[in-house]
Formats: sequence, structure tokens, C-alpha cells
Amino acid sequence: MKKFKSIIALTLVLIMTLSLIACESNEVVTEPEPEDSTEEVPESEPEAEPEVETEAGKVLNIWGWNNEFQGLFETYFEGKGLVPEGVEVKFTIVPNDDNAYQNALDEALLSQENASDDEKIDLFLIEADYALKYVDTDYTLDIVNDVGLTSEDISGQYKYTQEIVTDSNGSIKATSWQATPGLFAYRRSIAKDVLGTDDPTEVQEALSTWDEFYNIAEMSSAKGYKMLSGFDDSYRTFSNNVSAPWVDSDNTIIIDDNILNWIEQTKSFTDKGYNNKTSLWDDQWASDQGPAGKVFGFFYSTWGINFTLLGNALDTPLPEGVSATGDPAAFEAATTGNGIFGDYAVCYGPQNYYWGGSWLCAAAGSDNLDLVKEIMKTMTCDKDTLTTITKDTQDFTNNIEAMEALATDDSFASAFLGGQNHINLFAESAKGIDMSNISPYDQGMNEEIQTAFRDYFNDTVDYDTALDNFYTAVIEKYPELKRPE
Amino acid sequence: MSIQKLNKIVCYTILILLSILCLFSFYLLIVNSTRVHSQIQKGFSFLLGGNFKANLNNVLNNKDLPVIKGIINSLIVSAATAALATYFSVLTAFSIHTYDFKYKKLAFTFIMMIMMIPPQVYALGFVRWMGKLNLMDSLIPLFLPSVASPIVFYFMLSYMQSNLPKAVVEAARMDGASEFRTFNQIVIPIMKPAIAVQAIFTFVSAWNNYFIPSLIIRSAENKTLPILVAQLRSADYLKFDMGQVYMLVFLAIIPIIIIYIILSKYIVRGVAVGSVKE
Amino acid sequence: MKTLTKKNNKSISYAKWGYIFLIPFFTIYIVFSLVPIVSTIYYSFFENYMSGLKQIGPSFIGLENYKSILFESDLPKYAFNTLFIWIIGFIPQIVVSMTLAIWFTNMRLKLKFTSFFKTVIYMPNLIMAAAFAMLFWALFSDIGPINNLLIALGYEPYSFMLEIKGTRGLIALMNFLMWFGNTTILLMAGIMGIDSSIFEAAQIDGANAWQTFWHVTIPSIKPILVYVFLTSLIGGIQMFDVPQILTNGSGGPNRTSMTMIMFLNKHLFSKNYGMAGALSVILFIVTAILSVIIYNNLTEKDSNLSNTSIKTKGGAK
Repeated sequence: MKKFKSIIALTLVLIMTLSLIACESNEVVTEPEPEDSTEEVPESEPEAEPEVETEAGKVLNIWGWNNEFQGLFETYFEGKGLVPEGVEVKFTIVPNDDNAYQNALDEALLSQENASDDEKIDLFLIEADYALKYVDTDYTLDIVNDVGLTSEDISGQYKYTQEIVTDSNGSIKATSWQATPGLFAYRRSIAKDVLGTDDPTEVQEALSTWDEFYNIAEMSSAKGYKMLSGFDDSYRTFSNNVSAPWVDSDNTIIIDDNILNWIEQTKSFTDKGYNNKTSLWDDQWASDQGPAGKVFGFFYSTWGINFTLLGNALDTPLPEGVSATGDPAAFEAATTGNGIFGDYAVCYGPQNYYWGGSWLCAAAGSDNLDLVKEIMKTMTCDKDTLTTITKDTQDFTNNIEAMEALATDDSFASAFLGGQNHINLFAESAKGIDMSNISPYDQGMNEEIQTAFRDYFNDTVDYDTALDNFYTAVIEKYPELKRPE
Repeated sequence: MSIQKLNKIVCYTILILLSILCLFSFYLLIVNSTRVHSQIQKGFSFLLGGNFKANLNNVLNNKDLPVIKGIINSLIVSAATAALATYFSVLTAFSIHTYDFKYKKLAFTFIMMIMMIPPQVYALGFVRWMGKLNLMDSLIPLFLPSVASPIVFYFMLSYMQSNLPKAVVEAARMDGASEFRTFNQIVIPIMKPAIAVQAIFTFVSAWNNYFIPSLIIRSAENKTLPILVAQLRSADYLKFDMGQVYMLVFLAIIPIIIIYIILSKYIVRGVAVGSVKE
Repeated sequence: MKTLTKKNNKSISYAKWGYIFLIPFFTIYIVFSLVPIVSTIYYSFFENYMSGLKQIGPSFIGLENYKSILFESDLPKYAFNTLFIWIIGFIPQIVVSMTLAIWFTNMRLKLKFTSFFKTVIYMPNLIMAAAFAMLFWALFSDIGPINNLLIALGYEPYSFMLEIKGTRGLIALMNFLMWFGNTTILLMAGIMGIDSSIFEAAQIDGANAWQTFWHVTIPSIKPILVYVFLTSLIGGIQMFDVPQILTNGSGGPNRTSMTMIMFLNKHLFSKNYGMAGALSVILFIVTAILSVIIYNNLTEKDSNLSNTSIKTKGGAK
């Protein structure tokens, strides 16, 4: 009897204690999270860091949503013996689904101050569409003034890759090993049929403005072709060329004229049957890129052409172990006469744009700043490393000089593009990209406007309803924003 | 006789149609796990591809993808969830069903109320709270909360209402059994079919749960299978391979089918054990 | 029955066991769930969200969040979507499951291969919702096999994902497929628990199958039936995974397949504890009211029939 009473009493005490902890925790949450002490952190941190460095920093923590950088890091940094003795590199990969990566990263950054040195994030990866969310805060370090890269180090990078990660004070807060300029990849056979030529220079001339692009769409349609596959195919070319950010200083959402142009063009393309009503990545879209496709061309950036588009263009997939970067003889044997391999060519298209890319941020509070600097320097600034990466993977890397050297190197011609040297066009295109109007809200805006207007293109709703749905959806994601009056 | 036969034909036809409908998704899964990424991307086919072995090797040899560890973690979490959820729900239901005490109605009403709170509601608060309890990146928050599973409790209670006469408990007391003993040796066996049913359900839902684990787990050695699937799905363009995604989903189903078949036997057997009826 | 209960009441020494057996449940619940839930409710009266990495608030705004959810959002529309999709999935589900459960447990029918069928019908539930949605997406896409079949049969192809009926129908179909096996098992467990002598008695009294079903089976499995109905309703109100993945989170077309939890999930993007909290409280109240109505309707009426005193004692009134 007594025993049970004491058990009950104990349990009650336990419960009460726990509720007390609970109350206390509520208070902790109530406390405003790290305030926007805009200057404090970056100024104090870097000065303090170098001194402690020798003793701290046994674990280098790198966060990302996939293993892309991990692979490169292991080959071109760790594999070269550049990680100092006694330092363990730990990658934390949180997949993107359901925004899990940003959720986890946010929680970790917010508690960075209280984390032990071995748990502190040192480096993390971000994407362009939400770059400013991290860049424009004190959680990331200025790669020049804090991390210690020199302006000379980063002078070889494409300017737009820096614009995307420049905070409101003008400091560059992240750096990338890749540039992802986009081009228009068209079917040579269809171009010949419609325009009488498949020469990239002539095709480029024929569609160098949106008006001309529209004319070709009309001509293609008359011959039974579609100009584009989906609603969103041309989206990036418009959204990358806006005249102002999505949100003004008053937190009001502004739909740029160029976005309105995309809506207008896509609606008219859809109504006239110039596109195939697909969405990016759906199976009809992929199939449109293959032998059965009747689509004039696709807007694609660096990573898309020699991988996604190439894979989709084939009738029989490449055998195991064969790739564009592997054994050339096996690659040739596997691709010759396979599907529409060789039928694509690239040209600039009506407007310069980029699509994709990942950036490296140095986290405030990192206890490994020297190593972070070395990684950034080798992986994103070093001409030799970046040239090797491009040669090994065909990825387009972020070094103007290196890329221009390869642009004139005829051995770099792509058989998939009928012998064109695509690096040449990418290098040209990348210089013209202007991303000064990026905003921290781009991710939500880009996603939601495409979603909302899909219904309008498809005649499920009228224009005003689509617009209304767009505002509703983005304000759900960003409660601080307002609809325009 | 002929009506009986007609009945049977109707039954079998419907059962076969439903089975086809159910197995169809598995067929699709198997087909896709034998195909190459670009084939899958370009649309569906009913024909098996020749890439099964390659996909399997790719998944198993993917050094960033600890599949075996993932299966083990998933097994630990799901088995612990199933065991805790069923045992403690029976215990809780037993308390409400058998005893009369002052706050019983309050306790029952409370459990019924919390049953209706969707887990998404407090997910973010939960994650922050786990951070404070120092349980981030641990498997514990994935299974320990299942001790309090209102829905399982409610099922156990419903089942007890039809299948556990109080006379049974009374009889055990007459024999001088302690309450714990009565519970473990009399009540649990009677509840076996219900336990098997809920063990399957809780096991499966823990096995396939992505939402909470994705917020809690960070390091590779603690990842469960759904996180690995999501990780494959957000792979970069060079490694993005739907063939591997489907292969991993396929691999993830095998252990659970085995467990399902084992447990479903208990449902039948448990009934045969029977119990004293009023 | 009543006498037994009374006897228990008198034996005070047993009451403490009631409390003791509740300890694990309540301890764990308080430690792991109640704390975050209470803070969720607390924050529903605050403006409290993240703008990027910057915390906005918490600042007390009273019932503003509730006002804006109830009067400025499209919550009624999402509530309608949710219930509509749930009902068109649940009706076939309960009919099919009940039929199958009776067939499987009917010894006179002498069905063969029942263990095969029982195994198979539950299997769709074993596939992750994400993978299941991916498969359906491929199956019903514009160039998927279903559309190929339509074309082969001389019909117009149908863009399932772009049409309201198509999307809602697919979600309901997937819910049905994923859950009818589960429901069948539950009902079977209920029916198998019925004392066979009751069936024998009914048989001796000359009851036909239909009468046995309505007068013996249904009343006997009532607790399980109420359970199935309630949990399915709760599951329906909490519907999230399938529409989320199938529509890529958009709830399209025109937000007609946006469920209430998807709407809630939208607020989690900005960690909007204020709005999400208010929405949660509203959802909770709505679910609770619906559940109480159903619970009372299904149990109170024949409480004298039931063989325990719990329903009348413990049932929410």
C-alpha cells in the first residue's frame, strides 16, 4: 500500500516538474531569437575566431540537401590531401522534400550559438531562389572581410553568381563552384523543316527577340510542331530579367512587367496550341524531348543539356557505366543512331538567363574558418581545380578564364549537339546575366506563380482568380507581405 | 446449391478484381525498379526493363545511402513503436475498462479529445522541444511518444468492450492473482487479435513515416528508410535516378510484407484461443 | 452487469490500479506532446512567425489570428474539399470492407485462398504514401496507361491532374485503396470476436443471412464500427500525404483539392505559430464537435444493449 502511494506521489512530482520545465521552455521560446544586431556578430566573430582556431575545430560540419558537393569535395579537396590531420569532415544531408532541409538548417543555425564546437555548422549549401534568406542575415559570413578570401581570389567568377549572394550592405556572403547559364536547345531537324536551316547562328537570329520567337512558334504550329512543351519552359528567361525585386521596401508584392509578359505569352501559346500543356519534369515533358517529341526546343541550363536532355533524347538508355564523361568509344557506340542523339543544337535564345546552381556559405560561429577559407578558395576560385571539374564532369564551372579557354578548345565539342562547343555559348551567355533584382522571396514567388497560373492557362479559372490564388499562396508562406492596393 | 455456387462466383470475381487493383501498384513498382531512369521519366510501360540488377547494385553500393543501416533503424523504430503502442494502449484501456476511480471519466474524455489533434499541429513545437530535451538526431523521439497512442487505446477499449468480460478479471482475482499478473497473463492473451491488428497498423505507419523523422534525424547513421528515399529523390542532376528511387521503395517493402504476414497469422490464431464469454 | 460494476465500486483497493495503469500513458503524453500542444495553443493568440531567419513577434494580438482564419481565409472551401474527398472515398471503403469482412469470416461460404486475399488487400497500405502517389501520377498522367487505354477505346484523353473531378477522384481512389484493407481487418477482428454461439442461436431461430447481419453482427461489433467510423473521420479531417504529394503541395487545380491540413502545412513554411496555432485550435474544436455528435448518436441510443457500463459512464456527453 505505502509503496504504491509513494509511487503515485513520485509520479505526481515528476509530472509537476516536467510541467515546470515545459513552462520554462515556453519562456525560452518567447525570448526573441537572435535579434537583428546587424553589425555585432560579423564584426566580433571573425576577429575572435583566428585566435581560437588552433585549439578548436576538430570537426568540420558541412550541411547540404544532396551529395553533389560532397562528391566534388571528396575528389578535389579531401582526395588531394588538403584536409589537415586530425580534422574530421562531417556531411549532414537533409533531403529537400517538404522543405525539410531549410527547416532543419534554420533550427541548427538558430541554436548555433549554444552548440558545442564539434556540432557547429561551418559550411552550408544554399540555392539561388532562397539565397537571400540566409545571405542577408548575420548567420552567414562575408567571404572577403570575414572568411578572408581576397577580392583577387573571387575576381575570376561570373558576376551574376556573386550578385545573387550579395546582401543589402553590399557584402558577398557565399560563393559557388558552378555557373548555370541557360540556353535554348532546339531540334535541328525541326529547325530545318520550319526555318530551312539548322545553323545555330541563323537559328539564333531567327529567334533573338520574343516577337521573333512568337513568329517561329506560329510557323512551327503550321507545320504540326509545338514551339515549347510546357507552361513553365520559358519562365526562367522572363523571371531572370525583371526590372525590380518581387517585393518593394514597403513589403508589397510587385509583379514585374516581365512576369506579366510570361503570363501573356504562355496564355496565348496555350490557346493557340503552340505548347503541349505540360509542366516541368512530368513524363509528357520528358517524352517531348525524345524521339517521339514534336517540340521545337527547350530552355535548359548547363546541367540539363548533357544529362537530362541527353538521357531523354535516347531511344535505348545508355548501358551501365557508359557516360559522356567516361570511355569515349563506348559512349559513341552506345549513342550512334540512338533516338535523336545529335539532333539537338543550342543557341542563346531571346534572353540571357540562368537556372539552378548551389552556393557555399560560411556559417557565423564556425570554429574552422581557416579550413573554410581553403575549401572556398580551392573549390570555387582555383582555376585549375575548376578546369579539371569541367573536364571530368562537363559541368560548367565558375571561372571566366577557365571557361573561355575551354570555349575555344575544339576538342570540347559535344557530339550530342552535333559537334557544337556548348561551353562557348554558355561562357558568352553567363556574362550577360544580371541578377541584381533577386529577392529573399523568389523561391515562394516562382513556385506559386507557376502553380496559380497553370489553372489560368488551362482555362480552369480566369485571370483574376489566378492572381488572387497567387497572392493568397505567397502570403501564407510569407505573412509579412501585402497585396498591392 | 446453385445459389451457393453463384454466390461464390460473385465473391471470387469481386475478390480477384480487388486483388488485381491492389497488386497492380506493386506490379508498377516492380516494373519501375527494373527500368532505367530515362525510361521511367518518359512515361509508363507494362514491360519489365532489364535494369533490375543494376538498380539494385546502385542502391546497395551507393556510399551516401546507408540502406542496410536504414533498414535496421526503421526496424528498431517500427518494432519499438508497435510494441510500446500496443502494450501500453492495452494497459491504458484496461485501466479505463476495468477500474472505477474518481477521475476515470476525465481521463477517458481527455484521451478522446487528444485523439483529434493532428500531429502536424504541433510538429514544429515538438521539434524545438526535442532540441531542448537534447533528443535531436536520436531515434527515441520517433518511438517513445507512441506509449501514448490515443487511437490505439481507443481501439483496444472498443475491443475490450466486446471481448473482455469483467468476470474474467474477477475470476483471476478470486484465484489470488495480482493486478499486474492478471493483466499480463490473462488480459494480454485475450487481446492478442487486437494487439496483432494494431501492431501491424502502428508498425506500418512508423515504417512509412517521413514527416517527423525528417525534422529530427540529421546524421547518416540514424536515418530511416523514408528519409533515404527522400534523399534519393532530391539527388543532384548527375545522380538523380528514379530507377534507384523505385528500387529502394521496393526494398523497403520486403521486410514489412514479411512482418505483415507473420502478424496476420496471429490475428487468426488469437481468435482460436478464445475467451470466456458472458 | 450493473451488479458487477457496483461490486467493483465498493472494492476501493482496486481503484488505485486504475491510476497506476494510466501513469505511462500520461507521463509520456505530457513529456512529448502536451508541452508542444500547449505552446501551440498559447501562441495562437500571438503574431509569431519567421521572416526568413528573423523572428517576428511574439506579440499578443488577441483573437486576430482566429478572425483572419475564420473570416478572411478560404477555410470553408478547404473544409468542404476535405470532407467531400473523404466521403467519396469512405462510402465505397466501408461498403467494400464490410462485405469482405463478412465473406472472410463466414464459415458457411467456404471461400478458399482467403489468407491470400486478406494479405493482398492490405498491401497498398505498405507502400509509402509518397511512392504510392508517384505511381498514380505516372499511371494517370497525360501519356500514362490509363489515357492510352481511353484513346484505344476511342475516348478523348483526360488530363486527370488538371481537372477538379480528376484530381479529387484520384485522391479518393488512393485513399480507398490504401485504407479499405485496413478497415476490413478491423471489422474482421470485430466479427471474429463475436461468440459463435450467438450466431448458432440466430441460426436455430431461423434468421437468414441478412437478418443475422443486421440483428447480430452489427450490434455485436458496434464498438469497432464506431471506432472505424470515428478514426476514419479523424483520418479524413487530417488528410494530408496523398493530396500533398499528388498535387505537389499546390492543392490544385484552383485549390479545390487543398485539404485543411495542407492549408495548415502552408503556415508551417514560415513557422507561423500564430496562424497555425489558431487554425489548429479551430480544427480541433470542429473535429471534437463532429466526433461527439457521431459518438453519441452511435453509442448512446443502444447503451442498454452494450455489455459494459463504460460507454455511458465515460462517453463524452
